[in-house]
Amino acid sequence: MSKPINKILFYGFVIAFVLSSLFPFYWIFITSLKTSAEASQITSGFWPSKLSFSAYNTVFTQDNFLQPLLNSAFVSLATTVLSLITSVLAAYSLARLGIKGKGLILGFILVAGFFPIIAMVGPLFLVFRTLGLLDSFTSLIFTYLIYTLPISTWLLTNFFSQIPKDLEEAAMVDGASRLQALWKIVIPIAVPGIFTAAILSFILAWNDFTFALSFISSPSHFTAPLAIVNLGQSQFQVFYNRIDAAVVVTTLPIALLVLLAQKKIISGLTAGAVK
Amino acid sequence: MSTIADSHIATHSASNVGIKKVKNDTLGSKGRRLGYVLVAPAIILLLLITAFPLGYNIWNSFHHVNFANPIPGQPFSGIHNFKTLTTTPDFGIAFVNTIVFSAVSVTIEMIIGLGLALVLDKEFKGRGIVRAAVLIPWAVPTVVSAMLWKTMFDPYTGFVNYLLKILHLPGSNTTWLAHPSTAWVAILVADAWKNTPFIAILLLAGLQVIPRDIYEAAKVDGASSWQAFRRLTIPLLKPAILVALIFRTLSAFLIFDIIYIMTGGGPGNSTETLAYLNWRAFLVDTNFGYGGAISVALILMALVIAGIYVKVLKPET
Repeated sequence: MSKPINKILFYGFVIAFVLSSLFPFYWIFITSLKTSAEASQITSGFWPSKLSFSAYNTVFTQDNFLQPLLNSAFVSLATTVLSLITSVLAAYSLARLGIKGKGLILGFILVAGFFPIIAMVGPLFLVFRTLGLLDSFTSLIFTYLIYTLPISTWLLTNFFSQIPKDLEEAAMVDGASRLQALWKIVIPIAVPGIFTAAILSFILAWNDFTFALSFISSPSHFTAPLAIVNLGQSQFQVFYNRIDAAVVVTTLPIALLVLLAQKKIISGLTAGAVK
Repeated sequence: MSTIADSHIATHSASNVGIKKVKNDTLGSKGRRLGYVLVAPAIILLLLITAFPLGYNIWNSFHHVNFANPIPGQPFSGIHNFKTLTTTPDFGIAFVNTIVFSAVSVTIEMIIGLGLALVLDKEFKGRGIVRAAVLIPWAVPTVVSAMLWKTMFDPYTGFVNYLLKILHLPGSNTTWLAHPSTAWVAILVADAWKNTPFIAILLLAGLQVIPRDIYEAAKVDGASSWQAFRRLTIPLLKPAILVALIFRTLSAFLIFDIIYIMTGGGPGNSTETLAYLNWRAFLVDTNFGYGGAISVALILMALVIAGIYVKVLKPET
């Protein structure tokens, strides 16, 4: 880094990485601001010749894109909550309660995290059909646990193991039960770890396409990713300004989450992987 | 919340004798029984969404479960569905596509990801913002990355052809998704754009645990920075590289979303992968027996890769 040439080269790389990450977002953003007429012509510049919010207007009125956004938010939040409750209990048990077969259980959870999700589609489709749960949010929330539960449990088991045992044991000397100690001592200390698990779970559930495509059929139950793809398929002519307006709106919450919580996300991603 | 904890630290140091007794109580059979109760919901849910579909797929794969061509009672069909795998060309094409795609995409993403990790490992102004900027593509839905690159590669309104045109380069009229080779280029770009940050983050974590003073020592011994990179960084980064490799190989092997959205497996079936073929068997052909056979094959292949992963990780923990 001492020689000026090295410095120029280094910043050249930095700029190249940032540009290749972010330029495509810029491009869909300006495409979303084009009129439908301009969006179906050959591109002539880095900026729309006429700025227009008509694509956003159409997406929210005619295409009713608010509904899939709300559906996605509800399904992702419900998955996150269910996954957190289950994984906090499991992780506490694995980290603290000296159960037999702990290594085996952790190994199973790890392998489950690698389960090819496409292989769940057929059998679960048949089961949900039998139970009358096709086209329901329940089917999504249940299956989304495959994205969230392994990583949450793995991450929280690591996190709980690092909390000193003395605190809860002291509480139990004072007459608290195990569960009270978990609720009043361990969970408050583990808030940063639980928060990390929550952010990752929410992102992973928000991003699903495969299960929504397979189980959901009525537009009023579409999640945001499914609705975006449907926008591209239901039109006779593809209007990228409309699709990209929906893409921008779907990306914004996730981009904000990354900007606000990047450290937590990175620590969560690397916790299980590099040790 | 810290005040609760603090007061208990005080309690703890005051009553050291009591601790031992509690330990014996709670880590005995009673605490363990509670342990099984607490871990049960997670295990049961995970079994329901992994082991159960696996079992159901195996059952289906040996039976005639085909809604498009139903036979009442879904009779036992022996290895007919597995035979179909070997006799229809689709499976072979998808298998080759998947292997080649995985090898090429993982190689490209590992090389760029390593470069990105090395850059992010250096101290410089604005590193936090740069890190967030490169992380965003990882965090957005695959649908977003696929649609975004479909926009970028659109022959008329896309950026790629526009760039080729203003740079006066050939190919500015390319209809990217209409030809097998260029369609694969578009898919590879979309996949690398989304997944390279993940590799970079894993490798960065690996880089940050390498002690800095060994580089100083190498410098004193007269090693060039290239030598230090070859002889120190790469060997010390090996565990992180292996983990990233297996993570990515497995998810590249199962690529579905990008294919479905960008090409739908086309033109023809030139960009069909195993996961896409599996989905098509289930939900387009509604042939759950044949689909089950593909799933069983996929799970076996994934298990082999995951098995390597567990084996690689084990000596470390």
